[in-house]
Amino acid sequence: MAVPEPTVRETVIRGSNGKTRLCFFGVMAALLIVSAVFSENLCPYDPYLQDLDAALQQPSAAHIFGTDRYGRDMLSRVIVGSRTSIFSTFLLVAIITTFGTAIGVFCGWARGRADNLLMRVSDLCLAFPGLVFALAVAGVLGGGLSNAVIALAMISWPKYARIARSQTLSVRETSYLKAARLAGCSTSRLILKHILPNIAGPILVTATLDVGTMMMELAGLSFLGLGAKPPTAEWGSMMSETRGLLQTVPWAVFAPGIAIFIAVMVFNLLGDAVRDWMDPKMRVKS
Amino acid sequence: MTTPILQVQNLKKIFTRNGQSDFLAVDGVSFDVAPGECVGLIGESGSGKSTVANMIARLLNPTGGQIFLDGEDVTKTDVRAVCRKVQMIFQSPQESFDPRRTLGDGIGESLLTAGEPASETAEEVARLLEAVGLSSDFMCRYPHEVSGGQCQRAAIARALAIEPKLLLCDEATSALDVTVQAEIVSLLSHLMRGHGMACLFICHDIALAQSFCDRILVMYRGKIVEEGLPDEVIQSPKQEYTKMLIDSVL
Repeated sequence: MAVPEPTVRETVIRGSNGKTRLCFFGVMAALLIVSAVFSENLCPYDPYLQDLDAALQQPSAAHIFGTDRYGRDMLSRVIVGSRTSIFSTFLLVAIITTFGTAIGVFCGWARGRADNLLMRVSDLCLAFPGLVFALAVAGVLGGGLSNAVIALAMISWPKYARIARSQTLSVRETSYLKAARLAGCSTSRLILKHILPNIAGPILVTATLDVGTMMMELAGLSFLGLGAKPPTAEWGSMMSETRGLLQTVPWAVFAPGIAIFIAVMVFNLLGDAVRDWMDPKMRVKS
Repeated sequence: MTTPILQVQNLKKIFTRNGQSDFLAVDGVSFDVAPGECVGLIGESGSGKSTVANMIARLLNPTGGQIFLDGEDVTKTDVRAVCRKVQMIFQSPQESFDPRRTLGDGIGESLLTAGEPASETAEEVARLLEAVGLSSDFMCRYPHEVSGGQCQRAAIARALAIEPKLLLCDEATSALDVTVQAEIVSLLSHLMRGHGMACLFICHDIALAQSFCDRILVMYRGKIVEEGLPDEVIQSPKQEYTKMLIDSVL
């Protein structure tokens, strides 16, 4: 029997190749995460071992990214730094996504005074320049990576609350939600089965894209001395330590810079792929 | 005399904004629907028809008046209290199903919330789909994978799942082309007779209301301005607005 010609819609959907992109960037992100988990086993040298005789060496076969002013191998420090940078970013994004979404869904569903109050609080957070507010909070709480995460979380949740609220307001007026209410669904079932899956797309995409942004902001706070403390290997603090050597020993700055660039790019492109994949209209049954 | 399945008394709805009265959408509407009766609610867009239906289904709170369903005052209750007695079919079939869930999930949801075991739900959904002329394959399809007519049939199956006493059809055929409209109306008529359901059929197609409904109510600016048998209302309208409505269509 002859196989029917694919419809225009199916051709367009197949052409978008979303699943392949998702798999590719998913694997790339997984590689970054796995390398962060097993970073200590992957390091060719001890990332904290100082060898002043080998200080400021150029990239070579022995030291692919060269060495810093204390003779520490930059490749080893970049690999070990991935654990701090990636996992602290994941923690931060998980906190702001969960908290912001919960607040946004609550506001969009409940509306009324609670919605007004919480949205004014979020306006207050959004009114401050982000990094300045984070600097102030980190300054009050003191330095350290956990305080940097708290400081950034305090200013970053309103974006998710705004998205979740607007999406919830839009979904709650749809016919399918009315149909679900008429099917006898409880509020928790409506939220968990109908609202969250339908608002998850933009939130998940924002969260994946925010991995890059938050990674840079955490690195920024570390760069300013309010994040990870030396000698902890963290990409932002590594750039901070070597920034004075940019003209003479540029590889020492480029190594963590390239690591940030690659990680940010992979998570941004993964965000795009996730967005395409989550749209059921982009899926075709086999 | 049989007790009406639905009694609406002096129903009012005022939409407010920032605590101030803004718009009087429904103004003292009263009518009854007897068991098994099909009542057509017609009127122009913005006349308050859908607002009445949403208040009956308890998707909206009325500002005033009373709604009795099967003799019970449901004005102060919420949608979960009435969903075993009332179901609704919406204008846009594809938008009335969650785009992230299959038609089978949508149809079976009311059965699950009613406490039916998940193992039996699939079988029941297949039976309901068959009753509306669809194969059980449609259980696994998403709303965007079926046509408007097929989706509306699935919506009817969903509405029938818990065998309600009253079916609210809110412009259920407006988004469909004429041939599919005829199929859906014929299916609804057949199923209503089979299940003994009453129906409040909201539309602005007078010819359709005439052929499908036992009685017609004409709404204008939130009020019922005329009611009667379809032939009476259409052939000898008493109100100026009804004449204008008929003239604009015929």
